[in-house]
Amino acid sequence: MTAALEARGLARDYSVARGAFRRPALVKALAGVSFSLEVGRTLAVVGESGSGKSTLARLLTLIEAPSAGALLIEGEDVAHATPATRRRLRREIQMVFQNPYGSLNPRQTIGKALEEPLLVNTDMNAADRRAASLAIMEKVGLRPEYHHRYPHMFSGGQRQRIAIARAIVLRPKILVLDEPVSALDVSIRAQVLNLLAGLKDEFGLAYVFVSHDLSVVRHIADEVMVIYLGHAVETGSRDAIFHDAQHPYTRALLSATPVADPTARRERILLTGEPPSPIAPPPGCPFHPRCPLVFDRCRVDKPPAETKRGREVACWAVTP
Amino acid sequence: MTLLDIRNLTVTFATRRGAFTAVDGVDVAVDRNEVLAIVGESGSGKSVAMLAAMGLLPKTATVTADRMNFDGLDLMALSADRRRRLAGKDMAMIFQEPMTSLNPCFTVGFQIGETLSAHLGLARKARAARVVELLAEVGIPDPARRARAYPHQLSGGMSQRVMIAMALACRPKLLIADEPTTALDVTIQAQILDLLLRLRRENGMGLVLITHDMGVVAETADRVIVQYAGQQVEASPTRALFADPHHPYTAALLAALPERATERRLPAIPGVVPGQFDRPAGCLFSPRCAFAFSACHRIAPRRAGPELGAALCHTPLAAGVPQPGALQEAGA
Repeated sequence: MTAALEARGLARDYSVARGAFRRPALVKALAGVSFSLEVGRTLAVVGESGSGKSTLARLLTLIEAPSAGALLIEGEDVAHATPATRRRLRREIQMVFQNPYGSLNPRQTIGKALEEPLLVNTDMNAADRRAASLAIMEKVGLRPEYHHRYPHMFSGGQRQRIAIARAIVLRPKILVLDEPVSALDVSIRAQVLNLLAGLKDEFGLAYVFVSHDLSVVRHIADEVMVIYLGHAVETGSRDAIFHDAQHPYTRALLSATPVADPTARRERILLTGEPPSPIAPPPGCPFHPRCPLVFDRCRVDKPPAETKRGREVACWAVTP
Repeated sequence: MTLLDIRNLTVTFATRRGAFTAVDGVDVAVDRNEVLAIVGESGSGKSVAMLAAMGLLPKTATVTADRMNFDGLDLMALSADRRRRLAGKDMAMIFQEPMTSLNPCFTVGFQIGETLSAHLGLARKARAARVVELLAEVGIPDPARRARAYPHQLSGGMSQRVMIAMALACRPKLLIADEPTTALDVTIQAQILDLLLRLRRENGMGLVLITHDMGVVAETADRVIVQYAGQQVEASPTRALFADPHHPYTAALLAALPERATERRLPAIPGVVPGQFDRPAGCLFSPRCAFAFSACHRIAPRRAGPELGAALCHTPLAAGVPQPGALQEAGA
């Protein structure tokens, strides 16, 4: 079976102007990320701000083209596809954004917002579009009378339901979710996570779940990819990452995440400093200036991603 | 003596569509060297209650309380001028968005110095020295150079450290931190929380932590106040709250956390927090409560005793089982 989504060494550079008399700087927002995602699975992409999470989401949804590497949707290489195939592939992969207050047009009714993808991508007539949008509203738990209402009349949780409905109205195979619950309150977050789990089973979707919240990731993910400064530092199954993390950055991230249990007393690995700027990344391993295990080789050679202890990990200090 | 002691605090805003009660009968007590967490969802009034204590609310707000004491002073009786001199000196506050709390037009050293000259009357030389000292204390590397930096030159974590340095400038007795780490990354959040707890230990100040993150509460607070739709629904020591929540809302909130879930499907709380104009009769949580019965929809509950976490509920939970005691007293 071919994977629903496969990335091979995806990279994306941006050139940033630094003023009239200086040459533009090259920012490696994403420096070679590979993974493969099958139908019915959830890949969580974990990283801090500036790690390249959102760049990856933009590449996966074909909003931007990668500078290097290949992206395969259902086995078809996007870069070499004909325009007609590309258009078809675009429909297979949809996105839900972080901020449900910014991702809906305030002058468009919910019904209009849901019907627009159908209007653009299909030759359905008006009656069919209306029926399809009402059907999808029911699936995400919105009442039919919301069809003619405007976004400002809804709470954050309901808006996120609308955004999810709009993403799945074309029946895609893959959904890229960029921090879909981080703007929501705890009680609403659980509702939306349950909805996502239900929709995945019902429509046979594959999820790429971009998040910085490890407790949510532990709940929803099958596989986890940890990225730091554009590099995938560790990729593996949920159990491998959460019970037996190998990369020092993954370990620090796990130990820094607060646990809602006052009796749990854990050893905390406090990282010193902050992530370096991607304009001037450090030589060698991108994590070495903050790494507690750093030794001479890390400062010179960049560690490749290798299969060690049942996961892909890029670190010289991890023994096979 | 309790450092901050507030009883039955109510804050009402005059809005165009009538009065809106943002905070409704909240009790807050913080001691020196104690960490109190106030938890609640957006709109639960947790920030407004603390802004009222600081005296930072706009003129449209009406603040009433049975008692509002800080360090032996009656805040309600103080003149506006005296309260201004208190805020920023003995009680200080840090806010959620460090990037927007700093003035982009002045260096951070100048902005910290403003506090020092306003409250302590320090001269220029002494001010500059103290600013560098404060920046070093909050763990900013190369503080002398950073004091001359403008806010846009600093990262989010650094800006929050500057805000903390500013709040600590006059060695406050009470520090109120309103979601101090929400805008920050996890590894930076750990650094900032660590810093706040260390400064509390060293200076013996009281710390009020406003947050929605139960993980942060569990790891930092001594006691917890849970707010829902402006009301205080439970107040317990942290360990007791996590081990045996007494209000159904607290219990549901904890159960909905992904890290405490035992099954794939999370036990979500149905519905949404009531807004300004759709407040239900009786208990405000009753439409979403798994334990609600007819009286909950009609009669506002009374507060249970401290052994039941002062839960605002007809039938507070004990070990997950509703206790009928309070209801019979109410005669329903």
